[in-house]
Amino acid sequence: MRKVVFKRPKALVDVVTHYCPGCSHGIVHRIIAECIDELGIQERTVGIAPVGCSVLAYDYFNTDFFEASHGRAPAVATGAKRARPDLIIFAYQGDGDLASIGMAEIVHACNRGEKITVIFINNTVYGMTGGQMAPTTMPGQVTTTSPYGRDVAHMGWPIRMCEILSSLTTEGFIARTSVHSTKEIIKTKKMIKKAFELQVANRCFTFVEVLSTCPTNWGMTPIQAQKRLEEELVPYYPLGVFKEPNGDEAKS
Amino acid sequence: MPEVKAIGRVEIDKEGCKGCELCIGACPKDVLAMSTKINSKGYFYAEAVHPEDCIGCGLCAISCPDVAIDVYK
Amino acid sequence: MAKILMKGNEALAEAAIIAGCKLFFGYPITPQNEIPEYLSRRLPQVGGCYLQAESEVAASNMLYGAAGVGERVFTSSSGPGISLMSEGLSYIAGAQLPVVVVNIVRGGPGLGGILPAQSDYWQATRGLGHGDFRILVLAPSTVQEGADLIMDAFDLADKYRNPVMVLGDGLIGQMMEPVEFKEKKKAKLPPKTWAATGYKGDRERSIINSLYLDPLELEANSWQLKARYDAMARDELRWELFNCDREYEVLIAAYGSTARICKTVIEMLKKRGISVGLFRPITLFPFPCKQLHDAAQKAKSVFCVEMSTGQMVDDVKIALEGTRPVHFYGRTGGIIPTPDEIIKQIERIIKGEEVDKR
Repeated sequence: MRKVVFKRPKALVDVVTHYCPGCSHGIVHRIIAECIDELGIQERTVGIAPVGCSVLAYDYFNTDFFEASHGRAPAVATGAKRARPDLIIFAYQGDGDLASIGMAEIVHACNRGEKITVIFINNTVYGMTGGQMAPTTMPGQVTTTSPYGRDVAHMGWPIRMCEILSSLTTEGFIARTSVHSTKEIIKTKKMIKKAFELQVANRCFTFVEVLSTCPTNWGMTPIQAQKRLEEELVPYYPLGVFKEPNGDEAKS
Repeated sequence: MPEVKAIGRVEIDKEGCKGCELCIGACPKDVLAMSTKINSKGYFYAEAVHPEDCIGCGLCAISCPDVAIDVYK
Repeated sequence: MAKILMKGNEALAEAAIIAGCKLFFGYPITPQNEIPEYLSRRLPQVGGCYLQAESEVAASNMLYGAAGVGERVFTSSSGPGISLMSEGLSYIAGAQLPVVVVNIVRGGPGLGGILPAQSDYWQATRGLGHGDFRILVLAPSTVQEGADLIMDAFDLADKYRNPVMVLGDGLIGQMMEPVEFKEKKKAKLPPKTWAATGYKGDRERSIINSLYLDPLELEANSWQLKARYDAMARDELRWELFNCDREYEVLIAAYGSTARICKTVIEMLKKRGISVGLFRPITLFPFPCKQLHDAAQKAKSVFCVEMSTGQMVDDVKIALEGTRPVHFYGRTGGIIPTPDEIIKQIERIIKGEEVDKR
């Protein structure tokens, strides 16, 4: 049997990652690397790692990389892309990084229509620092800084980034996907590939929010965590395309 | 013993597997199960217990966060 | 080249363009707004990119991104904005990237005032951000010198792979003076093979980074930076001696606009037969310690004058190593001292009296 159905993509370094068992980072890293391979852009792709569990993402991609300070990846991406528009620039960020400290940077990069790709990993906690509450933490969710469960009267409701960003007038591609089943993982790849294709075509700002698991900080097995994604997160964070670059009605 | 003539074949890197078990449920043919042995990091790893049923769909590999599975047809 | 009458801020901006800088990321703040405004008009004319960021926080990170892909990049701000750039500058220094930053200093702390001051000396030379890093600081005292130093700043930043700051003040930024943009010989600089321009397999992957979780690696990075600062202290010191070829009883230590006022003080005192010298550091970091020390030996005391409550005076004392008494006089909050009030203090020093305290 010689036909290869599945192999590690070239743009993904052949090392065991530091991510926890069942962590969605591994799946999304692989998807991004597959897209880089399939589009033939490895030699001109530069990624930007955030502060978060994926702070060491530069160890996992076979491309040049930046380390950004917490929340600032869209600004770093802006500087890099404006300086070298021929490079394919992608920022990879978590929920604390993007939706908390980095809120201004992502909104303005989107609003300016920076021709970059932002992959947003929404797993409803601050993973790396031990599971604190995030802007995306669900009501009632227990975290190390919401020990009685997120109280919306005290801290407000979780933030839906796709909805916020798609309300801006500037052209862009905004989508939300999930990785709770192989079917959804395949859809996630489709969206991420479209995002990179749009950047290669120099078209617009592209953003894919990927609902993800954090089994360790959710206190669940990876399989239980996938179930939580499907049953609790997807109803609040609906999946689909929120904005298309040609101004068409968003298709789900 | 009749010759095993499966459509597909998986190769699982047992040292790369972190025992998350996501591949087990992804497989439509119940080819995979967790071993009772541990790897050098202390994880139980996934293995093909019914390789003869493998159809080479690749869904196990797609679900693996650690790219620990190669799939052939 | 002809001399043009230009506002200081605009001269600094034009000098950056002449130095080949095509990227500016900044934010409005008084009293430097003419710099982004000028560049928003000029950069598109030269095929460059002017981008007004959403904040100085974002601007400093855009600098990081553009410098990291190997391009010359420039920003300007005033004290409160530089405070916001603290984080970005620490990351830029830690990742060993070249950027040029201008601070047109206003009164502080906090929101402060909008008139000139020199109260960001500590910030520039010591307090720019967390970690073991310094940046090269150049302090002009005229608009012409500002333009010249901007052009040198880009070369110095590339040479040392380090941020360089041109520390002006509201006077220099706002006044209009004749400027000549001199032809500068292109400096021999190493190619930026470290930049993240895409991994083609012909070198190691470029990772623009300041994270070193291994303490030995982090220590090595910090000592590498220190070696750089030592090299700056050896090779890049700049200073001016004014009226020091004669005997002088008092040596004034002052920089920027204050030094210029003190030159007027010295000319006025000359007419009365009193000889006073001036030591004007141009590099504030690295500080010309030995040069100040040597010049001070001819005097009975050193008189430090600043538009602050006393910041450079610390470096003056370090440089003198206790060999001469140091007097200090300062006005701050946006007040510019007059030659007469400085002369009054020098008269007191010569009489052996204490300088007026505020």
